[in-house]
Amino acid sequence: MTQLNRLSTGGRINRSKPLRFTWRGQVYSGYEGDTLASALLANGVDVVARSFKYSRPRGIIAAGAEEPNGIVQIGATEATQVPNVRATQQGLYEGLVAEPTSGWPSLEYDLMGAVGKVAGSAMPPGFYYKTFMFPESMWMTYEKFIRRAAGLGRSPIAPDPDRYEKTHQHCDVLVVGAGPAGLMAALAAARGGARVIIADEQEEMGGSLLASRELLDGGPATDWVASVLAELNEHPEVLLLPKSTVNGYHDHNFLTIHERCTDHLADRAPDTQPRQRLHRVRAEWVILATGAHERPLVYGNNDVPGCMTCSAVSSYVQRYGVVPGNRLVVSTSNDGGYQAALDWHDAGRRVVAVIDARRQVASTMADALKDRGITLIEGSAVLNVAGSTRVQSVEVARIDADAHQVIGPVQTLVCDTVATSGGWSPAVHLSCHTGSRPTWRSDIIGFVPGATHEQRLDAGALVGEFSTEGALNSGLAAARQALQALSMSVPEVVVPTLAPVEIMPALALFHVPHTLPTSRAPKQFVDYQNDVTAAGIELSCREGFESIEHVKRYTALGFGTDQGKLGNINGMAITARARGMSIPEVGTTVFRPNYTPVSFGAIVGRDCGPLFDPKRYTAMHEWHVSKGAAFEDVGQWKRPWYFPKAGETMAQAVNRECVATRTSVGILDASTLGKIDIQGPDAREFLGRVYTNAWAKLAPGRCRYGLMCGEDGMVFDDGVTSCLADQHFLMTTTTGGAAGVLEWLEFYHQTEWPELQVYMTSVTDHWATMTISGPNSRKLLGELTDADLSAEAFPFMSWQPMTVAGVPARVFRISFTGELSFEINVPANYGLHVWEALFERGAPYDLTPYGTETMHVLRAEKGFIIAGQDTDGSVHPHDLGMGWAVSNQKPFSFIGKRGMVRADCVRPDRKQWVGIKTRDPSVVLPEGAQGVFDPNAPIPMPMVGHITSSYWSANLNRSIAQGFVKGGHARMGETVYYPLADGSVVEAEICSPVFLDPEGERQHV
Amino acid sequence: MSDNPASSKEQYKAPITDWTGVADGVTGRSPLAHVGFDELAQMTPSDAPVQLREYALKGHLTLRCNPEDAAQTAAFEAVTGLALPTAPLSSVASSDTTVRWIAPDEWLISVPASALFSLQQRLQDALTGHCALVDVSSGLTVFELSGERAVDVLKKCVPVDLHQRHFPAGKVVSTGFAKASCTLRRLNDETFELVVRRSFADYIWLWLQDASLEYGLRVEN
Amino acid sequence: MLSIYCPHCAEHRDEEEFHYKGQAHIARPSDPDKCSDEEWGNYMYFRANPRGIHHEVWVHALGCRKFFNVTRDTRSYQVFESYLIGTSPSITGEQGGQPS
Ligand SMILES: [Zn+2]
Repeated sequence: MTQLNRLSTGGRINRSKPLRFTWRGQVYSGYEGDTLASALLANGVDVVARSFKYSRPRGIIAAGAEEPNGIVQIGATEATQVPNVRATQQGLYEGLVAEPTSGWPSLEYDLMGAVGKVAGSAMPPGFYYKTFMFPESMWMTYEKFIRRAAGLGRSPIAPDPDRYEKTHQHCDVLVVGAGPAGLMAALAAARGGARVIIADEQEEMGGSLLASRELLDGGPATDWVASVLAELNEHPEVLLLPKSTVNGYHDHNFLTIHERCTDHLADRAPDTQPRQRLHRVRAEWVILATGAHERPLVYGNNDVPGCMTCSAVSSYVQRYGVVPGNRLVVSTSNDGGYQAALDWHDAGRRVVAVIDARRQVASTMADALKDRGITLIEGSAVLNVAGSTRVQSVEVARIDADAHQVIGPVQTLVCDTVATSGGWSPAVHLSCHTGSRPTWRSDIIGFVPGATHEQRLDAGALVGEFSTEGALNSGLAAARQALQALSMSVPEVVVPTLAPVEIMPALALFHVPHTLPTSRAPKQFVDYQNDVTAAGIELSCREGFESIEHVKRYTALGFGTDQGKLGNINGMAITARARGMSIPEVGTTVFRPNYTPVSFGAIVGRDCGPLFDPKRYTAMHEWHVSKGAAFEDVGQWKRPWYFPKAGETMAQAVNRECVATRTSVGILDASTLGKIDIQGPDAREFLGRVYTNAWAKLAPGRCRYGLMCGEDGMVFDDGVTSCLADQHFLMTTTTGGAAGVLEWLEFYHQTEWPELQVYMTSVTDHWATMTISGPNSRKLLGELTDADLSAEAFPFMSWQPMTVAGVPARVFRISFTGELSFEINVPANYGLHVWEALFERGAPYDLTPYGTETMHVLRAEKGFIIAGQDTDGSVHPHDLGMGWAVSNQKPFSFIGKRGMVRADCVRPDRKQWVGIKTRDPSVVLPEGAQGVFDPNAPIPMPMVGHITSSYWSANLNRSIAQGFVKGGHARMGETVYYPLADGSVVEAEICSPVFLDPEGERQHV
Repeated sequence: MSDNPASSKEQYKAPITDWTGVADGVTGRSPLAHVGFDELAQMTPSDAPVQLREYALKGHLTLRCNPEDAAQTAAFEAVTGLALPTAPLSSVASSDTTVRWIAPDEWLISVPASALFSLQQRLQDALTGHCALVDVSSGLTVFELSGERAVDVLKKCVPVDLHQRHFPAGKVVSTGFAKASCTLRRLNDETFELVVRRSFADYIWLWLQDASLEYGLRVEN
Repeated sequence: MLSIYCPHCAEHRDEEEFHYKGQAHIARPSDPDKCSDEEWGNYMYFRANPRGIHHEVWVHALGCRKFFNVTRDTRSYQVFESYLIGTSPSITGEQGGQPS
């Protein structure tokens, strides 16, 4: 295909690097330096989308982030699909494959007469608002319709093959935007010695200067841009980020920048290189130089392909050497619109006329127009366009000075392109993200950023400095202010000189009047992406939606990825006029992050796949893996769940592990338990305050189980604490509770009792902990140590230092299984050595490794709780039948004591923790099952408590369970029923939670 | 609050054990032993702009005491020959001893494993009053990340400002490392030391490896 | 994301290093056993929740593990000061929570 709209010279493209790309299955050519949009226009592609609601053909309107129509799906393979890409922001590369996202059902076939009308009537303005009011089932129906019609693209179903990076940045000055104001600000800040980041969303830096006809210091504006960029590149403290959109401005000058590193190179990023990078920037000062978006005028059929903004026409001609048509009509309310005509004319194509809504126009630009003999029609505007897939002609008429009504005859001009300018809307989006509200300035007919508590300065067109000279000066002023605030020297910087320009004030024209009332006039679009028309906005005002925020929700104006970049101000102006108010009286409008869509890849960065979350391993992990352990996630830890032998099911493995432990000896990797070293003269007193039981008399060498409660009296953690010496203890916590318990202890120490002399240090990672449990555990340990392990020398609930397998160890005689147990702690660097040594000697005893599942079963047989499984934050020790672990004799009112005596906590009918024995011993109740006393009660049945733990016990050859029953402690032997989801009802007896060895004889040997 | 005399320490503190005093033939194992740094060192490119090595099996000791107690700080200096770094985020180091400020009353001391027992004993003997010494050697491992792109890699890992002006050599911070944490110290312009917890060591190693990919990583041993 | 000054580390760090621990200056009753249910309930559950100046406890969880207080504006999220546990704020809320 030939690039029929490409000029033979000019533009910033590289004609020596032709590129081929595919659009809707057809191959086209463009050049390096093109955007997808400029390449499509060069090839004469008019229609790039169908509109959301009316299915109207749409073409490219703009040249930047504000483009509402040219939103495409790119990607040559399933895995590299990217939805929601603005064609104006996508650099062209060899082999780029793009598809329309809203091509339903066909781009060229004009469905206005069929589907368009059907859709239009099905979805009047207020569609969103009214739909939200509907029952959910209706919403589901609509959602399908919207998804199909909205054409926002689709997600890939294959994994993204590219890499995405996230990085932290810090700087003195972050400059957002690299137009004249931003470049000037960055240059001055850099020369002043500041650490500068300058980010710009376009494919190259320079902003409006890249398409400017003005001379800076007598040379082309692009020469000045090049010289500034060259100098900035030389500064070691300056980071230039082109192709980088500052999308979010968060609290305390924290901004996120979405850099498209290699999106412009290929369908896939080069090997090892990131496709995109998300910069998380903390800036001392932020200078916003985000520029302004040109407002198109609102007129009849203003969405027909060929309707564009004036600045977009200039950008395509000047930057890309593309003239997107043959015969141009310009309709403008200000000087800015003239450049499009001059650029078009100088490119050798026909400018039919410039229509200026102002009268008696006198300006430098008007003179330039006259010099070229271009027709200027004053006091008039384009009212309407004829054409469906391309502009064919326009209707032009005189309008009154207030721009409210047509006052002259309508004449038709034949053309294929209409460029309009209603003035400039400062891009205030980022300024709003931290709560600042924009303020209206009637002199520039636009909103500018409001006051802020952030260290933020604004410059350039963003604050109404629309001239190049004004932008340069305001950029310099902002940099000076930032440097002064940073106590840095303000350097000598000379602003380039420009030829004087005579400017005529703009006319406030937004919505061009038509000969017919708005409701009957041809559709006049305000928000292209959401298909919001002037008539729709007027209707919403008639329906009583007064605030602009209500109007937006009623009509969807500024919704979604568009964020009202082109349409918001026009919509507010129409609302204001409909309500007989001024624009500032209608309100202001704010914007939320993100400014443009950010890919999930960039947000996720490296936090995916194997690095999604830390995986914590114990010192014996490799052994577990080599023995085929199945693993369970406990917090971030990987814990062996069970160790299946070949061909075993989980149940078979667990049953075998349970029996082996009670009949000989089993071994558990318990390294994940939290361990806290506590020492100091007041350590003992401190323990007495944070545990519910007494610690005053625990002798060195002894261990004690303790419960921790919150101030509300509810159990939140438990564990064994051992007295290492009179003022030195080792506390253990649950695996999941470790970090929280330490922080909780520190909270009380640092904020409530700083006078207590105690130091706490986490030693969780330092110790590898292995528990050998079972009648043969003493014999096994005896083979690896010389220490006297007899019951007399080493009684239950005591600990001793000894050498195990050649490694100094602390061994604790504590038991979570009810069997004779030794918990061996060695420094983790030696954990695997000791573990393997135990297995070397373990064969005669059939030493059996077991995982968390067997641990759960064995402790349940003994009626030991698991904090977090049998407790849920609403359970106090007495509910658990653990009043023995609460000492009310302690002088200090320990944490939880007061909470436990609230009236509600001493009710006799509280749910209490008991054993549950099914009448049929083969039935294992599901955990979570709700109990009832009367299985025949009408629904909803009064529920009396739920099952918290339930297992098959191979040792007892029956099921066992524990759970809560109202007043359960006084109901021993009574019956409770569990109606299950499948309709069956399980009958069970309330019993003691201790199913095995209630006297504790097995562990006291 | 308590007025227990601290003179007869044996009574109040657990006796110090030489945890590294293991039998002949017993060797310690780093949390990253499975990685095979020696092998990787042979395989990775010699000209990579990021270098990583592990200093495994060091002796690490947490010290808790009062920086305003002149007797304690003097005792520390007498034993180690180093002034206790009491300024926030500071560190001191001699040829085989590093002392890092962790909190106003907490320091992390690293020495060769063979020197730990003696150091702990001498400090325990010398320090008077309320203090704590806790052997955490097996709970930590140490990475050294260096090279011209080391800062760029670290910027992907930690949220703190690494600019020389804010993070000069000798500065030490405890901070987040991705979704884990680390104690980071700058050794010189292009060299950083990361002390990480044993159980997170593999996650951090994988992260560093992946974050270095776009520049190129050389593993050293 | 807030930037918070840790008075122990003596520098600003990102919010992700800290944990928020609720309203500051709520002392545990010296004798909880003597508290009426109402007094205990007030201590446990009732908080000021002002629109404006708020004093709150934070802990430098990933840093020095020390607790401290912060004066923050709940409307703008501005942080005006960090100060040590046991000391008083220099900025306090007046009518409407405006900084005085
Ligand atoms: Zn801190």
